[in-house]
Amino acid sequence: MADGDHAVRAEGLVKKYGDKRALDGFDLTVRRGTVHGLLGPNGAGKTTAVRVLGTLLRFDGGRAEVGGADVASRPREVRRRIGLTGQYAALDEVLTGRQNLEMFGRLFHLGGRRAKARATELLDQFGLTDAGDKGVGKYSGGMRRRLDLAASMILTPDVLFLDEPTTGLDPRGRGEVWESVRELVAAGTTVLLTTQYLEEADKLAGRITVIDQGRAIADDTPEGLKRSVGGDRIEVVVTDAADLSRAAKIVARGGAEPVVDEEALRVHAPVADRVAALTDAARTLQDEGVAVEDIGLRRPSLDDVFLRLTGRAA
Amino acid sequence: MGTTLYWAVADCWNVVRRGLTHYQRQPVNIAWQLGFPILSVLLYGYVFGSAMVVPGGGDYRDFLMPGMFAMTMAFGFINTATLVVHDATKGVIDRFRSMPMAPSAVVSGRGVTDLLVACAELAILMLTALAIGWRPDGGIVGGLAAFALLLWLRFALIWLGVWLGLLVPNPEAAGGLFAVAFPLTMISSIFVAPQLMPDWLGAVAAWNPISSTVAATRDLFGTPVGAGDSWVEQHALLMAGVWPAVLTLVFFPLAARKFAALGR
Ligand SMILES: Nc1ncnc2c1ncn2[C@@H]1O[C@H](COP(=O)(O)OP(=O)(O)O)[C@@H](O)[C@H]1O
Ligand SMILES: [Mg+2]
Repeated sequence: MADGDHAVRAEGLVKKYGDKRALDGFDLTVRRGTVHGLLGPNGAGKTTAVRVLGTLLRFDGGRAEVGGADVASRPREVRRRIGLTGQYAALDEVLTGRQNLEMFGRLFHLGGRRAKARATELLDQFGLTDAGDKGVGKYSGGMRRRLDLAASMILTPDVLFLDEPTTGLDPRGRGEVWESVRELVAAGTTVLLTTQYLEEADKLAGRITVIDQGRAIADDTPEGLKRSVGGDRIEVVVTDAADLSRAAKIVARGGAEPVVDEEALRVHAPVADRVAALTDAARTLQDEGVAVEDIGLRRPSLDDVFLRLTGRAA
Repeated sequence: MGTTLYWAVADCWNVVRRGLTHYQRQPVNIAWQLGFPILSVLLYGYVFGSAMVVPGGGDYRDFLMPGMFAMTMAFGFINTATLVVHDATKGVIDRFRSMPMAPSAVVSGRGVTDLLVACAELAILMLTALAIGWRPDGGIVGGLAAFALLLWLRFALIWLGVWLGLLVPNPEAAGGLFAVAFPLTMISSIFVAPQLMPDWLGAVAAWNPISSTVAATRDLFGTPVGAGDSWVEQHALLMAGVWPAVLTLVFFPLAARKFAALGR
């Protein structure tokens, strides 16, 4: 399975914690030079998968290859080709950003002078030059994440693993991290990124594997996944239950099948031309005197994908 | 083989540099670590000092100092454990393990850092002691030998610290170790000679590994103390060498096993 096209390939991976199978025949193929999203709810096995592929955890079955090296038999070689950013920023809080990068650089065997130069380069690349000589304890969440990314990029790895890189960040921090990831990809790094958000996978990844209970249950492009759950939807919540069916007709004027939730007084239906459909629906609802509590566009979420794939909520 | 050893040493040194940079950026941490022994010296030496009896009739403060040195070394395992659990929970150890560095350096770097810090702590404590009137008369050789024995105890407790650091769930729990360590230092010859305690307690105190180091260093510093009659007290110097070796034999494998288990 040593064809040059694949940066990561896992076949039938099994990882047991006692009786619990955190990975249960997990398959994954990540093409070189792409961003691959690993999408799944809490407890699906994302972190376990990343830790196994990153040589941090031994596994119980199946096989895995990263950057052309076998994970089980040549872990050292794998470690030379990967960068790994865990679910929590793995940084030394006492040291400055620069000192962190220099330390990791020396431990990557760059030698003192090159470690220093690389630290300067990376601080610049990740927009941290001004904060470089401040203690990491004073960094914001987004800055930490970026420094964490920078530390993973010291050797310019072939494959970068990012485990929920934006969980816990505010929208601004999230945007900063997305920007950094995009730049890395432009530079040719293959990225495997785990996330609980379809939106994030959609923004960054060219392909998405959906994981549930340690198994890959879907592997598709973001468009394909979204299409499978009907794409964007327009959603209306009415004030009065009596208006519900009228609202459903208006929302579904494009010919799509509306979904009515009588308890929540909510209807939604797929739309193609997003904003035009929204303004149109809003105007018609007003013209017909339907009292609207809330109206908006809803992107398909992991919950929608999950419900569609497994028949249960994420 | 040669390059493996080279990188094991080089990586260890780089981890040590990181540990020392911590103290450089937060020098007040050393002061915290020394706060307790210095406070103890003042409290026991000055407040209770005149009321304390020393077998052999020496000055209590002279009696107390070697105990303070040993106590500082003994409490050191809490620092080791705290630093290790910090790195473990912050993911720093995982990052190290995901890098092509020598895995042993994660632990050896911690150990060497802690020993260097212990040297600094001992030096500061001894200077403080000298400043408030401690006058050892064991000569320079005795003093160096005592210093080495104290470090030997600290070395043995590094493995206890690493093991505990990988065992406890969070830094707060590591701080709680103090509650366990405190009685262990009280039931020893640090503050009071065992022969002045009730028989059973005196026996426990005499067999406390810290007591052997304390008794041996008192001897090497030339502090006149009448040793108790038990075998372990009569062979303090021997046991000050043996106890840390035993602790190392027990806790080094436990720590190594726990470290290897991180991959399971
Ligand atoms: N160290 C562990 N011991 C026992 N069970 C674990 C351990 N780590 C993870 N698990 C279990 O394995 C499953 C997958 O966990 P994880 O990979 O962390 O999921 P995710 O990252 O997708 O949230 C979960 O059910 C979790 O409870
Ligand atoms: Mg996770």
